[in-house]
Amino acid sequence: MPKNPNVKRVLVIGSGPIVIGQAAEFDYAGTQACRSLKEEGMEVILVNSNPATIMTDGDIADKVYIEPLTTKVLEQIIIKEKPDSLLPNMGGQAGLNLGMELDESGFLAAHGVALLGTTAKTIKKAEDRLEFKETMEKIGEPCAPSLVVENIDDGVTFANKIGYPVVLRPAYTLGGSGGGIARNQMELEEILANGLRLSRVGQVLVERCIAGWKEIEYEVMRDSAGNCITVCNMENIDPVGVHTGDSIVVAPSQTLGDKEYQMLRSSALNIINELGITGGCNVQFALHPTSFEYCVIEVNPRVSRSSALASKATGYPIAKVAAKIALGYTLDEIKNAITGKTYASFEPTLDYCVVKIPRLPFDKFITAKRTLTTQMKATGEVMSIGNNFEGALMKAIRSLEQHVDCLRSYDFSELSAEELKERMKVVDDQRIYIIAEAIRKGVDYDTIHEITMVDHWFIDKIAILTEMEAALEKGPLTVELLKEAKRIEFPDNVIARLTGKTEDEIKKMRCDNGIVAAFKMVDTCAAEFAASTPYYYSVFGSETEVVETHPKKKVLVLGSGPIRIGQGIEFDYCSVHATWAFAKEGYETIIINNNPETVSTDFDIADKLYFEPLTPEDVENIVNVEKPDGAVVQFGGQTAIKLTESLMKMGVPIFGTKAEDVDAAEDRELFDKILEETQIPRAAGGTVYTAEEAKAVANKLGYPVLVRPSYVLGGQGMQIALSDQEIEEFMAVINRYEQEHPILVDKYLQGKELEVDAVCDGTDILIPGIMEHIERTGVHSGDSISVYPAPTVSEKVKDIIAEYSRRLAKALHVIGLINIQFIAMGDEVYVIEVNPRSSRTVPYISKVTGIPIVDLAAEVIIGKKIRDLGYEPGLQPAADYFAVKMPVFSFEKIRGAEISLGPEMKSTGECLGIAKTFNEALYKAFLGAGINLPKHKQMIITVKDADKGEAIEVARRFEKLGYIIYATRSTAAALNEAGVKARKVNKIRQESPTVMDLILGHRIDLVIDTPTQGRDKSRDGFLIRRTAIETGVNCITAMDTATALVSSLENAASQGELALIDIAAIARR
Amino acid sequence: MKAFLILEDGTIFEGTHIGVQKEIISEIVFNTSMAGYLEVLTDPSYAGQAVCMTYPLIGNYGICREDMESRRAWPDGFIVRELSRIPSNFRCDMTIQEFLEENDVPGIAGIDTRALVKILREKGTMNGMITTNENYQLEEILPKLKAYTTGKVVDIVTCKEKYTLTAAKDLSDNGPISGSSQFKKDDYEKGIREKKPSMVRALNGQGLKVALLDLGAKDNIAKSLAARGCEVTVYPAVTTAQEIIDSRPDGIMLSNGPGDPKECTEVIAEIKKLYDTDITIFAICLGHQLMALATGADTFKMKYGHRGGNHPVKDLETGRVYISSQNHGYVVNMDKLDPQIAVPAFINVNDGTNEGLSYTGKNIFTVQFHPEACPGPQDSGDLFDRFIAMMRRKKNA
Repeated sequence: MPKNPNVKRVLVIGSGPIVIGQAAEFDYAGTQACRSLKEEGMEVILVNSNPATIMTDGDIADKVYIEPLTTKVLEQIIIKEKPDSLLPNMGGQAGLNLGMELDESGFLAAHGVALLGTTAKTIKKAEDRLEFKETMEKIGEPCAPSLVVENIDDGVTFANKIGYPVVLRPAYTLGGSGGGIARNQMELEEILANGLRLSRVGQVLVERCIAGWKEIEYEVMRDSAGNCITVCNMENIDPVGVHTGDSIVVAPSQTLGDKEYQMLRSSALNIINELGITGGCNVQFALHPTSFEYCVIEVNPRVSRSSALASKATGYPIAKVAAKIALGYTLDEIKNAITGKTYASFEPTLDYCVVKIPRLPFDKFITAKRTLTTQMKATGEVMSIGNNFEGALMKAIRSLEQHVDCLRSYDFSELSAEELKERMKVVDDQRIYIIAEAIRKGVDYDTIHEITMVDHWFIDKIAILTEMEAALEKGPLTVELLKEAKRIEFPDNVIARLTGKTEDEIKKMRCDNGIVAAFKMVDTCAAEFAASTPYYYSVFGSETEVVETHPKKKVLVLGSGPIRIGQGIEFDYCSVHATWAFAKEGYETIIINNNPETVSTDFDIADKLYFEPLTPEDVENIVNVEKPDGAVVQFGGQTAIKLTESLMKMGVPIFGTKAEDVDAAEDRELFDKILEETQIPRAAGGTVYTAEEAKAVANKLGYPVLVRPSYVLGGQGMQIALSDQEIEEFMAVINRYEQEHPILVDKYLQGKELEVDAVCDGTDILIPGIMEHIERTGVHSGDSISVYPAPTVSEKVKDIIAEYSRRLAKALHVIGLINIQFIAMGDEVYVIEVNPRSSRTVPYISKVTGIPIVDLAAEVIIGKKIRDLGYEPGLQPAADYFAVKMPVFSFEKIRGAEISLGPEMKSTGECLGIAKTFNEALYKAFLGAGINLPKHKQMIITVKDADKGEAIEVARRFEKLGYIIYATRSTAAALNEAGVKARKVNKIRQESPTVMDLILGHRIDLVIDTPTQGRDKSRDGFLIRRTAIETGVNCITAMDTATALVSSLENAASQGELALIDIAAIARR
Repeated sequence: MKAFLILEDGTIFEGTHIGVQKEIISEIVFNTSMAGYLEVLTDPSYAGQAVCMTYPLIGNYGICREDMESRRAWPDGFIVRELSRIPSNFRCDMTIQEFLEENDVPGIAGIDTRALVKILREKGTMNGMITTNENYQLEEILPKLKAYTTGKVVDIVTCKEKYTLTAAKDLSDNGPISGSSQFKKDDYEKGIREKKPSMVRALNGQGLKVALLDLGAKDNIAKSLAARGCEVTVYPAVTTAQEIIDSRPDGIMLSNGPGDPKECTEVIAEIKKLYDTDITIFAICLGHQLMALATGADTFKMKYGHRGGNHPVKDLETGRVYISSQNHGYVVNMDKLDPQIAVPAFINVNDGTNEGLSYTGKNIFTVQFHPEACPGPQDSGDLFDRFIAMMRRKKNA
């Protein structure tokens, strides 16, 4: 069928801020879809509140609205832009829900907007628990016995009938929010109450627990003519019970025979046909491990995290094809872009094995529970490809960048076999390491299987890895043994460690014996047809098939690895833009990255894509084959920066800022010298390695002090210490891992925090704008509300910042990007830190100023001058509107995580509010972050003594807005004394009603709880904050944020319709 | 032990020996199915060939005898990247190594199978030798390799005597529908294995008699018909047309099978006689090619064939695309079709080659791909229902 001629203007909804369960994969899918639509000549109108995305670039869509994703805003956009169609299934659950709401309300029909792709009816059939179950029953596809309940009593009755344990799944939530397994009535009541609240429609499914069954997923495509294919299937190593986003997943399935494989494939096709889905769809099954019995777990009628993984695992561009299907094409009309020969109706076949491991944030939230459940907790993931499972697993492990490189990286050797068996019952991110240790201790496969339900085949593969460890340890290291170790991807450093040799010795032995990495192609067809898109992975013991290319200069762009708190999608944005900019200048571009969720690992972004771990050895293997003219490391976050030294040793020139200058910015002594030379003040401080040294420095400076490791992103391990005791505690946390670089101890200054991102060409500096943080210093810049242009600082301060930036960039010989953070106390400006590389704020500042600084940085790196590029150096004139970047958190997903803000970053994403006035921008930003007030107009205030003065002012303003204020004893006293009416509530351990009862009563809009400085030890505060988050109550932990919120609410009260701003128009200025 | 794969063009792959220790010369082909190695090994169409699996990890779920597609393994040799050290499946009866030994199949593992596939893709299917003899003499071997042909393999693979399959009287004879059954642990421990789930959901073939000419048939062809209630009698390839006609079947099924269709001159002559009757005929793969040859069309050898479970075929009548299971090295030449006799009914979406014919004025349709699946997608299983509907119409007429 040819494309539908009635579709000309398409509105695409993005997924909004990155949260756990809805991350970069939707930027990847959305970007691919938008490009695919534009390829077909469509005008694309995009709306997404997330400024860090590539999809919100002016060259991806024709009109770009970085506006809050609410139905009201979408309605306004539809009225303004008059699209004829809406594509809702690229923006994850958030986008889909919005599309559904607009359809249900009749707004789309009234404005002549057609829903593209899967119809609303189908979406409802797939997502509504009851309708789905009825549909499955109709076509004879089995579901686990289950009942949709809308209240707790019904849930209890049903669970008593089918028996515990039962699984609870709220309808219409993302990442399984609010779900869980209940083993008894008490747990059921608790989880069910939460799930009912989180579900958009107040429904929760209670079902027979099929935990322990094999979890198998199929990615299916269907067109409007009813043609169906499966893109691939995937098997979770962790059986049912762990969210697939938190499971180690392998593609294709490894332990399924053709009978099981085809049975489930046919079922998936039956389901997608019956639902009538057009586009991509994900079907999850539970398969009984010792029978053919299976259950359909769920269907996602849209692109998803799994579909991004399947796309990267097979090379099949699901989002691109889904977009074409939405336009009316059938699968046999769409060319397979990888082979250029076959069609989209071809099923990919793999001749390799893919392993995905989630990146879990327990290194950030050290107080959080590490257990994995049906509630997703991972912030990101890594994928690896190999021609054997063991190797793919080893590669994935070292891609995680969590101080792990083999199955011994977590040491459980102290535990006895019995203890290990006990420990194995806990399902957490360390389970494969536990299994490995159990194998080493002689626990048999059957026992391990019985406890974990992990298939024997996977246990045996883990055993093969532990046997190799033992063989290497025992020696002697023969060429044959080394060959085998490399075949299953033991990195040189691990072999060195196990054999007691040096890494160089291992490397030499390898090279002398020709044991080098070869590269194979991902081609969708197991080499049956010649492929034209070079997408590679490494193996040992095979011939390489990389085609040598030398016509052009080659640049290696190092990606940023898995999405984690502190290093998110922003760095993928930078990597992709840098790649495009180099390509435009005639370079052959090569990307190395291991993150399947991102745009950078899409097959047509760079000239060549290597899906590999970002370790020195893995990168060197590629360098040996490609012999690039240079590498850029300044765009890939800390992951890429960390490789600088190794790249130089390999003889690869670093394009842009030199490695020694990057070091100078991080090295305390060198940097102090530069500050002295450039006459820029900073907080006094020193470098230390031990707690003793730290205490000495701290006492010299006087508390409070800031303690942090160097060479980290996102303020990992950064803390404000008030006492010797805290220093000891924080140093112990930092020194859990061996530190290559010294730890910094600085005097903590409290003032306004300001930030710039700039491009420097060695002579001139271009500063697009100055961003001001709403929260005072002490809150990590990534967690602060950031405003451009800086609203409250004087011209004098701005001039000083511009001047300091210029001096610093010059002194550090920056060629490319630089990010500098300042503190302003009155008109005094201090520098906090300098990063001669891209930063988290680069996409944001690029978009709101219309100055594409990554592209400019790439041009400058190539040798152009800012003046030649059409820009006048220096601080650019401020815009005539305000842009507010608001952090977004995923605290509700991580049980037990401390939510109060501090110097260590905790947010997972961000959204933008852009408007003519500061207050409107602020309001939009809060709205975009999901803080939609007021509801009940009741709030709780409990603040530390130092904040009481400010709290009174904030409370007074909330009172004026009609809020009823509850406060704990001392706060209430302070408020009442100042004439703000506050009702006193009891603390947790006092008699009811306590502050907890109030929160749990679901009548509270907002909790303002500022913890005492440093690490809050009060269990009460922690409990209040966690309870608030887990019951969906907004919780603010910094007075500055509270002040901003009340300003925004005051504005909202007087605000009519929001004014919309087309970001693409800014980009084209 | 070391093993070598030596190709006709002189390429040598060194790997480790698997299966029985034996030197073989055969035609080297590759299959891109990711699962279903046992079905591949027991597909009689591989007689005279050595098959390389492109998926690198083979043997993961061991051997489940009930999944065999014929009484034994047929390939001359088996070529894999890696054989699993342990098998893991609840139905597993033995390891793949044991199975290869039992079936006298030699093989080679640990070679760069992707490199091999690329050679076959570029240069076309060629002959090769699998040997454990380290002192091979290329100049002696290569002429032998070039001289090898698969020969008349149908005679070897076909059944020796005719036999009849019991038709399903009730859907439950076919095992539980899909995955809806519950697993009975006690039964399982007693050794009572559940029947495999069936995709068949109607006994529309009850009362129909089908004669299946076994040219190297995969068991699931007969089973697919029997599962729908047809009474299926399987005849050896040497059976005369008259004997089949005399049995007064409602329909005739011509099966898949190995080798060059043009070698099957005697069978072609008998099939011509079947064509001349008005009996409903459905043919798969070799059967499809032989019917074409019997009615004056031509076949040719493809560069490297279609072997796998992911090929899209388009039904030209409905425009629907099915993902199909395929295993063929020869194909009907569409350029030389006489539309008075037959017109294309299916084509391959990738390369546009013929995938099926509809015979003009006859109750005959034939397909190149494998609706019986095993291994591979079950998407086109409804072609058996189409066959049944044709027989039923004729019977009721």
